[in-house]
Amino acid sequence: MFGYSMADIGNIVVMQGFSGLSMFTVLLLMALGLAIIFGQMGVINMAHGEFMTIGAYTTVLISKVAASYGFTNYYFVFAIAIAFLLAFAVGYFIEFIMIRHLYKRPLDTLLATWGLSLVMQQIFRSSFGAKEVSAELPEWMLGSFKPTPDIDIPINGVFVMVLAALVTFGVYMFMYKSRWGLRVRATVQNRTMAGAVGINTAKVDRVTFALGCGIAGIAGAAFTTIASTGPTTGTLYIVDSFMVVVFGGAASIVGTIASAFGIAQAQSILQFFMTSSMGKVSTLLVIVTILMMKPEGLFASKLRK
Amino acid sequence: MTLWEKMKASPVLGGKEGVIGLAVLAAIIFVVLPLGVDIFRLNLIGKYLTYAFVAVGLVMLWGHGGILSLGQGIFFGLGGYAMAMFLKLEASDPLSTKIQSTPGIPDFMDWNQLTALPWFWEPFKSLPFTIFAVLTIPALFAYIIGYAMFKRRVGGVYFSIITQAIALILSILIVGQQGYTGGVNGMTDLRTMLGWDIRTDSAKYILYFVNGLLLFGAIFLSKYIMSSKFGMLLLAMRDKEERVRFSGYDVSNFKIFIFCLAAMMSAVGGAMFTLQVGFMSPSFVGIVPSIEMVIFCAVGGRASLIGAVYGTLLVNYGKTVFSETYPEMWLFLMGGLFISVVMFFPSGLAGIWDKYATKYGWFKDKAEPVKKPEVSIAEGEAQAVLTETTPETTLAAKTNDAVIKKATRKKAAPKQTEPAPAIDSNKMRGAEA
Repeated sequence: MFGYSMADIGNIVVMQGFSGLSMFTVLLLMALGLAIIFGQMGVINMAHGEFMTIGAYTTVLISKVAASYGFTNYYFVFAIAIAFLLAFAVGYFIEFIMIRHLYKRPLDTLLATWGLSLVMQQIFRSSFGAKEVSAELPEWMLGSFKPTPDIDIPINGVFVMVLAALVTFGVYMFMYKSRWGLRVRATVQNRTMAGAVGINTAKVDRVTFALGCGIAGIAGAAFTTIASTGPTTGTLYIVDSFMVVVFGGAASIVGTIASAFGIAQAQSILQFFMTSSMGKVSTLLVIVTILMMKPEGLFASKLRK
Repeated sequence: MTLWEKMKASPVLGGKEGVIGLAVLAAIIFVVLPLGVDIFRLNLIGKYLTYAFVAVGLVMLWGHGGILSLGQGIFFGLGGYAMAMFLKLEASDPLSTKIQSTPGIPDFMDWNQLTALPWFWEPFKSLPFTIFAVLTIPALFAYIIGYAMFKRRVGGVYFSIITQAIALILSILIVGQQGYTGGVNGMTDLRTMLGWDIRTDSAKYILYFVNGLLLFGAIFLSKYIMSSKFGMLLLAMRDKEERVRFSGYDVSNFKIFIFCLAAMMSAVGGAMFTLQVGFMSPSFVGIVPSIEMVIFCAVGGRASLIGAVYGTLLVNYGKTVFSETYPEMWLFLMGGLFISVVMFFPSGLAGIWDKYATKYGWFKDKAEPVKKPEVSIAEGEAQAVLTETTPETTLAAKTNDAVIKKATRKKAAPKQTEPAPAIDSNKMRGAEA
């Protein structure tokens, strides 16, 4: 196949598979946030990519500060926390001034948040410049380890994967095991009844939206370890993340993980054998075709229509 | 009856107000602008007016049908590329391409080491086929997408997201397949159409007028459809899809039809774009142009055909002015426009106009009232989801009574701002999925 030996193909699949894993983690983190915002609340947040960019720029800035004070090795933990908090705060604010007026018009949230994403992109461009910037990675994150001579696995990839696993676990615990998660699910399922039993639904909405944005902020922090950040970085991922959420079945965490994995791996491996654009095209085409046949996604909860 | 009375009474034109609105638009497009601006600017306006085809299609699809397609750039692009392929083939005859290693094929193919014309380029050597292709290929493509999705009752936001993904796929594909499509630069250096040089000033004037006439054709066709029973059904579907379905109509077929029609209009716009601007590139196909076309329509008023034309002109004029003088401000402005139109003026310019026209009683028909299906909406979409009361919008659609219309609007408006009215999200999801 394509003039490679079987052993070569094995190695290519492992290595491309691994580079696919880095993309998988970013997609997963983005999609988790979206799964909460879109899957639970039904809000189409086209500015989700820009919340990721907020996280990425925060990490870059903190890394610059850390580098000038000489504690590059430890800054990343703080960067993740601050990226989360900042994106959370912006999300909270945006929900308050904009999103809450549009809950009954899902198509209009799409347009309004698209406008928001344009504004945010221009803010990034005005304040950080149009050039892409990258974070100074801590030394322990550089380099790679080699289980066999032909396979090279970068450490930063392993790191973001661990991070993504932790965040996914956290989201799961929050949504399904905590008091807050219960309130969120109650509000989504029946807003009026939730309000009647004393849940402050407006507040639940605001926190849920902000949480989704905060997770996008973490995605941004993870993103800085694998690529450099520019004002329009977020737009590269927005369609992919939406496809992940829709493909996985909007409200299902397992579905989100599975489809993020599938999409990232398919793209990464196909991109090696075809050109990068054709890899992306064929992946998206397959997803769209499957979605046309099975519009509710792979892991949709069984709902009678 | 005199002609004037006939026109006023025609349900297609929408009464006195409709006739005057059309006449004013016609005067602006065919008289004021050609006399008032030089050919360079007029050509630019002609370019904007090609987007208006898309906006008019979106008024029917989104404003009246409640289907938000974020992939209208696909059809604009398909139409534009079909025309560009014909013009490109004519521009690359063996004589003018004799310095290439393979004369007679478009220059970008030669640069990409293609030695023969690909099979799907062959039919575009003929103009009749090209025109046929402009009209049918996008419609066929829309039919496939529409059939696959509407038959399975995929609607609402899912439809938007998937059409957006298709727009992305197509633009990546065009950029990626350089040898067949000209890649990111698109098809440039288009010169003649059947030997007629399209770059001269006189050709630009002629194309501008042809474009304007076609646009009016599209508007009249849309008006005709809106005033028919189908137009009523479309509104009813937007507001209460389930009820229409339970009344025995096959909702999906109507949706497919309107989607195909909007696609066809976009494609005509795309073909006219290529003719007037002289090139076609993937930057008119992807996500960004597709969603910008939605905002043209939203600014003009998503339910108003004429409003959509004004919206397109206004936004594009603003874009040109601002990107010439303050390029940095433009994105802020565009973003702000998206947000403010959605949040504060959901019915756009047409809504503002309606408000004052009704308030001061301009253009009120004193004679026999005519059927007027155009309702100012935006509340409609909200209502469709949240109220279980009588379908007021459909009621309003059937009467021309401004009082009822006003009352409806008043009744509907506060509902929007109320926090959390009875809303059954399961039902909502069910309707969307």
